[in-house]
Amino acid sequence: MAALVCLLLAIGASVFTIAAWQPAIAPVSPPPAGSFDPDLVRRGAELAAIGNCAACHTAKGGGEFAGGRAVPTPFGTIYSTNITPDVATGIGNWSEAAFARAMRSGVRRDGAYLYPAFPYDHFTLVSDDDDEALYVFLMTRMPVHAAARHDRLPFPLDIRLLMFGWNLLFLHAGPYRPDAAHDAMWNRGAYLVEGFGHCGACHTPRNAAGAEVAAQTFGGGAVQGWTAYALDDDSPAPVPWNAEALAHYLGQGFDTDHGAAAGPMAEVTNDLRSASAQDLRAIAAYVAEQMNHVAAESDRIMQVAERQRRRGNAGRPASADGQAVALRPIDVKNDQGAVIYAGACSGCHEGPRALPFGGVNLALSTAISAPSANNLVNVVISGLPAVDAAHAPIMPGFADAMNDEQIVALARYLRARYSDRGPWTGIAKTISDARNLQRKPIMSSQDDEAHRQQQ
Amino acid sequence: MKLTVNNSDHEIDADPRTPLLYVLRDDLKLNAAKFGCGLGQCGACTVLVDGEPVFACVTPIVLVAGKTVTTLEGLGTAQEPAPIQRAFIEHQAAQCGYCIPGIMMRAHALLQKNPGAGASEIRAALEPHLCRCGTHMRILRAIHRAQEAMTATSAKVGK
Amino acid sequence: MSRDPIVVSRRAALCGLGALIFSYSSSDRLLAQDAAPLQAGLPRSPTPPLPGSLQRAPLLDSWLRVDADGTITAFTGKAELGQGIKTALTQVAAEQLDVAFDRIRLQTADTALTPNEGYTAGSHSLQDSGTALMNAAAQVRQLLVAEAALRAEVPAEQMKTDDGFVIGPDGRRFGYGELVSGQMLHVQAAPQSPLADPSRYAVMDRNIPRVDIPAKLTGGAAFVHDLRPPGMLHARVIRPPSYGARLISVDDQGAQRMPGVIKVVRDGGFLAVVAEREFQAIEAMRVLAAATRWQETAKLPDERELSAYLSSQSSEDIVVLDRPRSAPAGIRSLSAVYSRPYLAHGSIGPSCAVAHFEGDALTVWTHTQGVYPDRDAIAEMLQMPNQKVRCIHSEGAGCYGHNGADDAAADAALIARAVPGRPVRVQWTREQEHAWEPYGPAMLVKIAAALDDTGGIADWEYGVWSNTHSTRPGSAGSLLAARCLAQSFPEPPPKPIPMPEGGGDRNSIPIYRLPGARAVYHFLPTMPVRVSALRSLGAHMNVFAIECFMDELAAAAQADPVEFRLKHLDDMRAREVVATAASRFGWQARPHASEPRRGQGFAFARYKNLAAFCAVACEVDVDFDTGRVQMRRAVAAVDAGQVVNPDGIANQIEGAILQSMSWTLFERVSFDERRITSIDWASYPILRFSAVPETMEVQIVNRPGMPFLGAGEAAQGPAAAALANAIADATGKRFRDLPITKERVKAALAN
Repeated sequence: MAALVCLLLAIGASVFTIAAWQPAIAPVSPPPAGSFDPDLVRRGAELAAIGNCAACHTAKGGGEFAGGRAVPTPFGTIYSTNITPDVATGIGNWSEAAFARAMRSGVRRDGAYLYPAFPYDHFTLVSDDDDEALYVFLMTRMPVHAAARHDRLPFPLDIRLLMFGWNLLFLHAGPYRPDAAHDAMWNRGAYLVEGFGHCGACHTPRNAAGAEVAAQTFGGGAVQGWTAYALDDDSPAPVPWNAEALAHYLGQGFDTDHGAAAGPMAEVTNDLRSASAQDLRAIAAYVAEQMNHVAAESDRIMQVAERQRRRGNAGRPASADGQAVALRPIDVKNDQGAVIYAGACSGCHEGPRALPFGGVNLALSTAISAPSANNLVNVVISGLPAVDAAHAPIMPGFADAMNDEQIVALARYLRARYSDRGPWTGIAKTISDARNLQRKPIMSSQDDEAHRQQQ
Repeated sequence: MKLTVNNSDHEIDADPRTPLLYVLRDDLKLNAAKFGCGLGQCGACTVLVDGEPVFACVTPIVLVAGKTVTTLEGLGTAQEPAPIQRAFIEHQAAQCGYCIPGIMMRAHALLQKNPGAGASEIRAALEPHLCRCGTHMRILRAIHRAQEAMTATSAKVGK
Repeated sequence: MSRDPIVVSRRAALCGLGALIFSYSSSDRLLAQDAAPLQAGLPRSPTPPLPGSLQRAPLLDSWLRVDADGTITAFTGKAELGQGIKTALTQVAAEQLDVAFDRIRLQTADTALTPNEGYTAGSHSLQDSGTALMNAAAQVRQLLVAEAALRAEVPAEQMKTDDGFVIGPDGRRFGYGELVSGQMLHVQAAPQSPLADPSRYAVMDRNIPRVDIPAKLTGGAAFVHDLRPPGMLHARVIRPPSYGARLISVDDQGAQRMPGVIKVVRDGGFLAVVAEREFQAIEAMRVLAAATRWQETAKLPDERELSAYLSSQSSEDIVVLDRPRSAPAGIRSLSAVYSRPYLAHGSIGPSCAVAHFEGDALTVWTHTQGVYPDRDAIAEMLQMPNQKVRCIHSEGAGCYGHNGADDAAADAALIARAVPGRPVRVQWTREQEHAWEPYGPAMLVKIAAALDDTGGIADWEYGVWSNTHSTRPGSAGSLLAARCLAQSFPEPPPKPIPMPEGGGDRNSIPIYRLPGARAVYHFLPTMPVRVSALRSLGAHMNVFAIECFMDELAAAAQADPVEFRLKHLDDMRAREVVATAASRFGWQARPHASEPRRGQGFAFARYKNLAAFCAVACEVDVDFDTGRVQMRRAVAAVDAGQVVNPDGIANQIEGAILQSMSWTLFERVSFDERRITSIDWASYPILRFSAVPETMEVQIVNRPGMPFLGAGEAAQGPAAAALANAIADATGKRFRDLPITKERVKAALAN
């Protein structure tokens, strides 16, 4: 009996291996950068912006697209690859066919499987023409010599061949096929969101195998310690999103009724600055529809926004031409959270500076209405640090000014004052988890040193 | 409210929402931490709370009761300057000098925690700080000098 | 000054001195050359002009005082701005008086105590005040020597001095303190002085550590912000949301009731609140601001179309250069248009002032660059006699020109008048400093030139458009507060600053040898946005344009940029500075296109064609994907005449290069059709540490014995142009519109 089982396993494994095997595609000499059609390069740049390729494929302090960024997963840490046209360490000797196969099927030029940390389960939807444009764009980037970092996955997950099985279960090969029941703009939005945008990769919950749960698309997810909010009708935003607001938010990184993007979403919106206005509108329309808000609701949206805004201005005396909103009285002296808010936050968050630079009126903040205090805690701890001379909001982080107990008090106060949902639980654990994540950066300087020696 | 600043306890009668910066300057008459923006954008107000740099302009005193606050005055004096002060004076690392105390506090905290910090780490640590006069080159030189002095001292002490 | 000026008879002064003042025979003392040129506009006296600011304040005891105990005080009408002038001037006085540096205390600008030297601006401090002090100190020393010689009954030539003593041939010592008496120094200065020999300097041309730094780095009281006179109150001003807004209504009940609030001050459109504690004043300010209604009327131009706006405004055209062509016409023509936006001073410490009304007299502690003009304007605003208002300079953060300091002083004065008897401290907020300071004007430059068949410049046509570069007090109407009082003062009409200093036309005349050249300054009187002097005034833009264009001409002539400049440069000192910078940088040996995306650039100018010479070479890397420019290294050479404090000059040049880099790569004031929108460091980002180069070197070309040349502003233009030229070298694209942001670079490279 045991022999039979072994034999069946061996046959199964062989069948699996034979079925899974992918051929290598012959390397090519890198085409000269000047040989490409500049319009195609421009198109590729726009698509790369929507795909947010630079964010994953660029490590802090590393060359653009040269890889090396740690992508933590529940299974271990995977490092992004070098997709500059460097021949030795990048994709310089990849043919267009090899590139298209990677996008469509998640297979490397040499035939090895890629891990779906590279969201080929979305990029499979990308059309051949757009694959070509992206290829051409990447081939015209500056080649950077940067060897791949070894992924840290435990056995047997480090056997790439297993991804064949994963793909069988979870990869629905593209390209995207338009849905005749919807118009061209909708299809464009769907194509971009489900394809390049790979929004679901963050905003959809995943199963034990790390695949998106199809039945809960856009039901919300987590990435690198941040909550990616639900983009369906569970969206916790106090002011409902509509397409216009979303398009503005995606392209500019903020919206006056919702605040500014933070954490990984800020990287996304930074890149989306380069996307075309048309594409942004299509993306926004598609996503807004997922949240079940359509244009007819815009009056209601305005009313809600106005009500929330006044809530945020509660500390100010009523103006001569407005209406005061009756509020919960704030017992400042006995509410430590209120005292902290007044001294640390209100100067910016109730000040006259307009978004994106001034602090958002917290009554409009999704983070405070979200199911978990996660994102709020992240922002309180790290702020939005000043980077270079970027034209971007700056918020101080309070990691060292506040201890956990003080952040709990502040979070409780903000939740009570600015949200109609019940109090959060487990805030203390949320805070200590967030601090731990901050304290152990994914790439420690020891990692750096070891990696440098590899090269 | 009791505040511990530069190893002394002070009884402060001020609204607990008052940012630490104003208590330091107006009640305790400490000059080093400066008002630059009140928004946490420039770093001129930087002091240490339990050894970590914070922006005093957005830190209400309610947050620091029970913690230790250190300002530049707590590191050393003109007669007996701390290594970081000595290095900055030696390198004449100031033009108008308004931003320098905040930078010195952050540099001091960094070198205490990470004495072997490399040049790029030091630069990255100073990103929250603005210097409009353009004294950056000297500031970096002075911090490097302080690092040498602090390493030499601890080596001596170690022996 | 309350004493009547007395011109002591020369007979009394000369008795015993020999022909001292007019003596040329001392072998170990050099004579002053007739020093810095007079400031334009000063009346000429019938006698030979006195050196530097002595022309305005000719009495020796305006500059130096020796007390009976030997304490020496030097006086200057200039102010310490963080540029190290306090130290440098003390060095000058100490050297010429022959005393140790530490024996002199320098009193800086104070309307009650020091000469009136106008503004600490235009890089004039050493040229004007340094020259005055140098000569005054030398002459005081001689008077002391003469007195000692009288007492020793020995000819003056046999006396010598050493650290505050005059010593006779027999070793008898007379302390300076015991020699001085009565009105001895209350004499007119002479046009010539027996100056110390530069080759034997012990204090000048030395890196004497700055006297102001230790306090600043150890928590000493060093700034106007640190003043805490007993009983001091805290005030905040509520400014309108836009220029010219009219105050319609204020409901100050809420603010009045807040804890600690002493008073709400309102005079027409001027609104402020005073409280016991600082945070109370801040909270009251917020509450009051929310309860105030304004009618806004400002109409600002389209910020994205500034160049079109500037060239469409009516102008007063000033021909600054008109040299008819004497050479044959050029065979190859080029033209280019350059522009810069409004630029903010962006002082790190927002403006602050303390004022105290006692009886009928007002004292104001302020970081204004000009205590006398600010005093006069404040006195006019308050309708008080000048003598009843005293302005004392106390340091602020770096101002880089006319920032909010003068206005904060006026605010403090108005508020102090409302709470007489108690000192009042006014602190501007960050947003107020960003929104209300007067900016460096936006400028437009159009150049056209022709090359002849030898690759030399044959013709040159230059036009620059700009508002005035100075709205300093002046009259009361220059002050923000005065313009909105119930009895307001009108804003004075803007005037151009005449050449040779110039405003928008500063450095618009190239220093190069040009056979035919014409330059016109299109002075634009209409100022929708508040403007005034920003470090180097028009020189930043004019040098940027000229030096970028020189590179474009060099490229057209297929010449090396440095060689091309030397080909057109006759001035020996200019040539040496260019050669020094190029050599120290390794210009000849620089790689040619071996490193992709790396470039080198060079630029040179003589500030105002009168002051310091400065050349800058730099190397940059450009990231073609993001458009980000990173300066890798910079080398500068500077000739500032006789050097007083070498390290001080290096500090200023290093700072200027970085500040100019920040202007060049990042900065623009932004506004919508009504309001200024760049109101904090997020909306007006400037250089941070990540952009700083690896190395920077400043090479000083010392000129012993030559007149001082101001160096504080000399690098702004050359640094900007060197950077743009390096970016052009790295990318093959010319960027002519400032700022050269990474978005602009990325967009240009994508095409």
